[in-house]
Amino acid sequence: MSDPLLIAGTALNSRLFLGTAGYPNQQVMLDALEASGAELATMSIRRISLDGYSGSLVDLLGDRVRLLPNTSGCVTARDAILTAELAREALETDWVKLELIGDRETLYPDVEQLVPAADELVRKGFVVLPYCNDDPVTCQKLADVGCAAVMPLGSLIGSGRGLANPAAIELICARSPVPVVLDAGIGTASDAALAMELGCDAVMVNTAIARSHDPRRMAAAMRAAVEAGRLARLAGRIPERLFAEPSSPQLGLVGS
Amino acid sequence: MTRVRVNGEEAEIGAGTIAELLVARGIDPGARFLAVAVNGAVVRRAEWPEAALAAGDEVEIVRPLQGG
Repeated sequence: MSDPLLIAGTALNSRLFLGTAGYPNQQVMLDALEASGAELATMSIRRISLDGYSGSLVDLLGDRVRLLPNTSGCVTARDAILTAELAREALETDWVKLELIGDRETLYPDVEQLVPAADELVRKGFVVLPYCNDDPVTCQKLADVGCAAVMPLGSLIGSGRGLANPAAIELICARSPVPVVLDAGIGTASDAALAMELGCDAVMVNTAIARSHDPRRMAAAMRAAVEAGRLARLAGRIPERLFAEPSSPQLGLVGS
Repeated sequence: MTRVRVNGEEAEIGAGTIAELLVARGIDPGARFLAVAVNGAVVRRAEWPEAALAAGDEVEIVRPLQGG
């Protein structure tokens, strides 16, 4: 069943975005990428070691997936915008996962800076996917300035605590005019499935795969979970009921 | 010699252009996936051989790395 996700006119057949950091080694990361089926992988932009430069992960990843550079670690709009521009130059992509961090302990987004920074990047021709709060108003403002998708957090980055506020995520999904990509906090496969069931268009996972005991297997689990959650969403869940509703026929019971 | 900052560190450079700075640092200016900014503005790769550095310039040399 073809069910592509469209972001800025680009069709992605996988609804799982993969982060590339924190794996035991590069081969495990590449194997996990393969197992995940992801077609989009995130990267950071960092200062080069002044001792020299040899080879690059991009050589290995670039042919397999679309790369989504991030502005992780940036705490000012100025640095985030420059990082996005450097990423565009380095990777020849207009796509950027905009992260603007307001607090180093929680890595919560700095919404006050985020919206105008997203606006400026959109005006500069970027396809902006902002990491943001699980707040419908913020998500609406980001869509209004032209973001191609919104990436609300499920819970804190790297916390593995799943969806802290499923009702908020569901509300965002119900109202968002642009795709919603659940970002941050996924701990295990059921979290990813829940996000998709609530109406998310895709799920972004890094730590839950990279730091699992077996990243290859967890990547496969996340793939299955995202697909299952998406199918369940499309199929439509039954309403919850307070009392039992027999599933077997009630006529012709033995002894009746 | 010219005093500049390269990736946040003070540096005395003899190099006149960005391309020369990269070579002096052992970085192949032809290497893929590099990007350079001077004083907060990206300098396109095609301009590296000509772009002259001046005293006090803040140079950022970056590349993509693993990320989430």
